[in-house]
Amino acid sequence: MNIYLDLFLSFLKISLFTVGGGYAMIPFIQSTVLSKGWISPELLINFIGIAESTPGPFAVNISTFIGYNLGGFWGVICAILGLFLPPFLIIITIFYVGKKFSSNKIVKGIFVFLRPAVLALILSAFSSVAYATIMVSDGGTTYFNWFGIILMFASFISMRFFKKIHPIVFLFASAGLGLIFYGFVL
Amino acid sequence: MKLSFKNLIILSLTFLKIGALTFGGGYAMISIIEREATIKRKWLTSEEMLDIIAIAESTPGPIALNSATYVGAKVAGFLGAFVASISVMLPPIVIITLISSTLTKYFENPYVKWAFLGMRAGVAALILNAVINLGKFLKNEKRPAVYAVFFLSLTLGLLSVFHIISFDNIFIILGTIIFGIIYTFLESFINKRAKKVLTPNDKSDDLKNKNDLEKK
Repeated sequence: MNIYLDLFLSFLKISLFTVGGGYAMIPFIQSTVLSKGWISPELLINFIGIAESTPGPFAVNISTFIGYNLGGFWGVICAILGLFLPPFLIIITIFYVGKKFSSNKIVKGIFVFLRPAVLALILSAFSSVAYATIMVSDGGTTYFNWFGIILMFASFISMRFFKKIHPIVFLFASAGLGLIFYGFVL
Repeated sequence: MKLSFKNLIILSLTFLKIGALTFGGGYAMISIIEREATIKRKWLTSEEMLDIIAIAESTPGPIALNSATYVGAKVAGFLGAFVASISVMLPPIVIITLISSTLTKYFENPYVKWAFLGMRAGVAALILNAVINLGKFLKNEKRPAVYAVFFLSLTLGLLSVFHIISFDNIFIILGTIIFGIIYTFLESFINKRAKKVLTPNDKSDDLKNKNDLEKK
């Protein structure tokens, strides 16, 4: 398939099944992008890191990244168009047709179960990122990254402890500590 | 609100600003949109804003994009929706395109590599943090079916993430939606049956109990 059409259709699908915002998108992006072999798992994690630490909706940022990486400017246009169309059409329809949508009994009933399902998918996305942090593959060799485990738990505990501080601060801190430790200590 | 060129410009500038200055997307963005749309511009009342948040959360697509579309539609109809959602996406598209075209060249640089290896641990922590925040609803959840859906989805999600079985996550969502519809129908059916079993006497007893409670 043409890469532009493939990007458009993939992001159309991802957008249609992302319910509940940015993080809910990560498992769908992961499964689509990795199963198609578009980019490596490590590069995807880098992109997630940058997408979280730049302004704008996470979903738009990560889609732009993947679109640009695969098809340059037109890749971005196709990915964003796919991301944009389903929610735009659905919201417009709800606006003109039925405003009572979210208080509908069936919609509410679906969300009772959609919430735990999405939570489980984000948790499984976390475990794959955690695995890539612990077992680092670099140029064909895989090594155990014990400093990564420490850094991961230290960042997590700091995020829970200092809730007032924006999580991006800890993202930058872990990058800085990584640079110092992997570059100059090891 | 009147559909005028001036309104569209203000709408566009407001959402350009939101897109360019808000970090983290989703809920972080909703609070900024709320401040801009209800307090500063007085486009919406706070009740309307709550409705918009509920709709944005319960429809597919990024929350920030959904709420921008809805606020835009409220202010200036179809054209407003289009202008607001394009405006909120434009700054990040430009910023990320610029970053992509420069930074990706340096991914092989050892210093950049080390920094991103460190950031990887931070990304893992960030996602785990989101799981804890989003999972708060489980605290007051007693229905076993909710936990069953959680653990089944987690098992399938993990099996697919570690390539033990290969299938699309989308089937978990579709299955959950179908299960949710069936469960809701069954629940209301059983509740109706239970109401029918109640005799008028029982109902008056219920009323008495209520009155007693109110007196206390």
